Amino acid sequence: MNDMTPTSAERAAKLEGMGCKRKRVEDIRFTQGKGNYVDDIKLPNMLYGEFNRSPYGHAHVKKIDTAKAAAVPGVVAVLTAETLKTVNLAWMPTLAGDVQMVLADGYVLFQNQEVAFVIADSREAAADAADLVEVEYEQLPVNVDPLKAMAPNAPVIREDLKGKTEGAHGKRKHYNHIFSWQAGDKAAADAAFAKADVTIREMISYPRVHPCPLETCQCVASFDKIKGELTLYGTFQAPHVIRTVGSLISKIPEHKIHVISPDVGGGFGNKVGAYPGYICSIVASIVTGVPVKWTESRIDNLSTTAFARDFHMDMELACTKDGKLLGLRCYTIADHGAFDACANATKWPAGLFSIISGSYDIPAAHCLVDGVYTNKAPGGVAYRCSFRVTEAAYCVERAMDIMAQKLGMDPADFRMKNLIRREQFPYTSAFGWQYDSGDYQTALTKAMEAVSYRKLRDEQKQKREAFKRGETRELMGIGVIHFTEIVGAGPSRNCDILGIAMFDSAEIRIHPTGSGICRLGTKSQGQGHETTYAQIIATELGLAADSITVEEGNTDTAPYGLGTYGSRSTPVSGAATAMACRKIKAKAQMIAAYMLEVHDDDLEWDVDRFRVKGNPERFKTMTELAWAAYHEVPPGMEPGLEAVDYYDPPNFTFPFGAYICVVDVDVDTGMIKVRRFYALDDCGTRINPMIIEGQIHGGLAEAFGIAMGQEIHYDDDGNVTTASFLDYFLPTAVETPRWETDWTTTPSPHHPIGAKGVGESPNVGGVPCFSNAVNDAFAFLGSTHIQMPHDHWRVWTAAEKLGLHA
Amino acid sequence: MAKSQVAMKINGKTVEALVEPRTLLIYFLRDQLGITGPHIGCDTSHCGACTVDLDGKSVKSCTVFAVQADGADIITIEGIANPDGTLHALQEGFRQMHGLQCGFCTPGMITRAYRLLQENKNPTEEEIRYGISGNLCRCTGYQNIVKAIQYAAAKLNGVTFQEAAE
Repeated sequence: MNDMTPTSAERAAKLEGMGCKRKRVEDIRFTQGKGNYVDDIKLPNMLYGEFNRSPYGHAHVKKIDTAKAAAVPGVVAVLTAETLKTVNLAWMPTLAGDVQMVLADGYVLFQNQEVAFVIADSREAAADAADLVEVEYEQLPVNVDPLKAMAPNAPVIREDLKGKTEGAHGKRKHYNHIFSWQAGDKAAADAAFAKADVTIREMISYPRVHPCPLETCQCVASFDKIKGELTLYGTFQAPHVIRTVGSLISKIPEHKIHVISPDVGGGFGNKVGAYPGYICSIVASIVTGVPVKWTESRIDNLSTTAFARDFHMDMELACTKDGKLLGLRCYTIADHGAFDACANATKWPAGLFSIISGSYDIPAAHCLVDGVYTNKAPGGVAYRCSFRVTEAAYCVERAMDIMAQKLGMDPADFRMKNLIRREQFPYTSAFGWQYDSGDYQTALTKAMEAVSYRKLRDEQKQKREAFKRGETRELMGIGVIHFTEIVGAGPSRNCDILGIAMFDSAEIRIHPTGSGICRLGTKSQGQGHETTYAQIIATELGLAADSITVEEGNTDTAPYGLGTYGSRSTPVSGAATAMACRKIKAKAQMIAAYMLEVHDDDLEWDVDRFRVKGNPERFKTMTELAWAAYHEVPPGMEPGLEAVDYYDPPNFTFPFGAYICVVDVDVDTGMIKVRRFYALDDCGTRINPMIIEGQIHGGLAEAFGIAMGQEIHYDDDGNVTTASFLDYFLPTAVETPRWETDWTTTPSPHHPIGAKGVGESPNVGGVPCFSNAVNDAFAFLGSTHIQMPHDHWRVWTAAEKLGLHA
Repeated sequence: MAKSQVAMKINGKTVEALVEPRTLLIYFLRDQLGITGPHIGCDTSHCGACTVDLDGKSVKSCTVFAVQADGADIITIEGIANPDGTLHALQEGFRQMHGLQCGFCTPGMITRAYRLLQENKNPTEEEIRYGISGNLCRCTGYQNIVKAIQYAAAKLNGVTFQEAAE
């Protein structure tokens, strides 16, 4: 070596591996309008599909007349349930073990339900004709209130299930009941409540909201009659699952189905499931012999595909008088709409809701969830969270504030006293989850110091006094939370989808010149996978991130995987990537030993090369070894340098964070100003800090929208009143607050690179933090819980009820 | 339906075509001409993903009929780059400041910012936030979009932008 030789650190920096704020590969095409999204696809002779939808929330369909629609110039065919029955596809199975109508089969059960599918040679002709499908309805009584679903005389939602006392998850106790699911130890929890000094109980509702990615759900189905093969382009977060489900439903052999997810314009859980639009497009392409495109409108998107939340949680906490938590009980009614099309791991009808003990050391806990049918759209997806985790985090963080209020303790101090302590990890919760790692007190302390928490409370005290004296009409609220997520589904002992274990995969091929390609079973929808997976490989294999192509979304070329949702890409496919790299590295080490004529054990790894221990001038770089792998392998070794890894994680990962929000509330207008929002996240090892911070900003903005203004609302007649951006609040740059981000790093002990996943943390932590801040503003007046969303009208109403406008 | 003849300049090139009177400009661009940079994200002219520059104004192309654009001079994301083929300061800024994630709002967002920086060469953060409030983004939380536009403004004004993406 001479002085010109770059140091290990210099060589490592050039790789742009883990820890580097590498600029995104994807941006080069996206900033030039050269992304390739589903609606950009235009195939020869392609037709367009459009739905006729139900105007009613609940009705008999007495007659469908398609004659006028079929007569519109350009219309090729009109599908109804009768047509679909000829191929046994009028109904389809859901991921949750239920069945769902593809097109109305005698009934419609929610407004905008799909009734007929028109196929025409232009979007306009399809839309014109869809309006001309004549449907005769007989309206039926509607129920959109989940709390009334199991009343003795509630309207029957699912006549097809009449007399069925068993559902996919056991006994049904009412004709509108879907499942009961429980976790924890009821007797132990009851005993804890019996001996508690202080208890609280509150009905905490998380309203129905929607993931609402900017690109709606869409597909292009192209059936080749000669080959008997289907190519399906779509906005899929989980393309392999779509291929398998598509094969099971359509009976087309799986090897003859090619599913392609091109660039996807945001997903947030909306694009996990299978929707009638996909089935109808496939059938339409089979019927017509040409490609068929279906593009969901925004109204269709908000009112039919994949709502989230709609959990109504009767929450109780029990405590000693000095503020030590003893027990938790929660009874939840979950509104799943007209069909149970929840996207959960199959055996988990309420997802991972039993993370509801959160960040706290609670000795005894029990939760019970009853799922019910209503005249609302199906869904129940994990919107920017692992399955039902954000509902649980919201509930426990609200309840912690309510208990602190009753105890007369500061909410931060009450949390600090009950947080799981660093030395308790790995920690087994009362629900049986084994939390992998954490340092919660450090995170909360850092957050409190960063915002000068005590000073904020002093200021709040003075403002409250001033308010009481009539000197101001503004109330100050401080929200403080500490959340714990459970992500990275998941270990095959816990999780499967329709019997397929929730592993994920990576296949890496290193080319002779030392560049390579990595293909994965996940699918980026904005998370920047093309950038970050290459960084893992750069660090693991010592090849520059720029020399690695990352490819996802083509089921013909990618190894099988369960897709991207529930923050599972880094915990599962990220681990698979590291493990595949290690297989490649092990082979490269043998080649290096052969070339350097030493034993494998005499070599050590140094950033981008194997060198002889004690003799660093003798080395082979990974680039040299790649070349050698194709012409100079040791005798008996296969040529080539590639590996595939299917990673079944030993456990979930448990990212956490401490957030603090400060708001000023004008009690006369209900207007809320977010003065400050500080978010500290611990996602274990950080692969690309720039992308992490970006995801946190985005998740916080979505949390802001949910907490401050969103609700998919139905009136009593079953009309969805918030189905467009006219009525459904999406924050613009003007309302959206500025974000302060921070971090601690507590690696996951069971993950190959220690990473935990992060994309969903800010939504899980952000919603309760905003809500706690608003609630905190009114807490000194005796208010315990104001339901979300905290829009101006509802905040004003809360002030009115507290007599503040007298 | 009888079609109308239209002629307009799109990204410097003259285009002549027959369109149905009811065809929206966004569908004319995307479906008829294959200019797929501008996107469709809503039905109600709220999201701004379809924003194009029309005769020196930012316009949501889902709100304009193609026939209304007859004779217009239109710039889309595909025409934003500098004449020498290098990326516009905004295109560079969005990448440097991590102002995009899924990329779906990006063409509209950059096209809007392109006009904003001609209306106001040195906007404050508040002016930028107000200036892009017709364009929705679901991924970024806007903070880095603001920075990307500040980066571009600085570059176009010949000033070095010091801040990093957050």
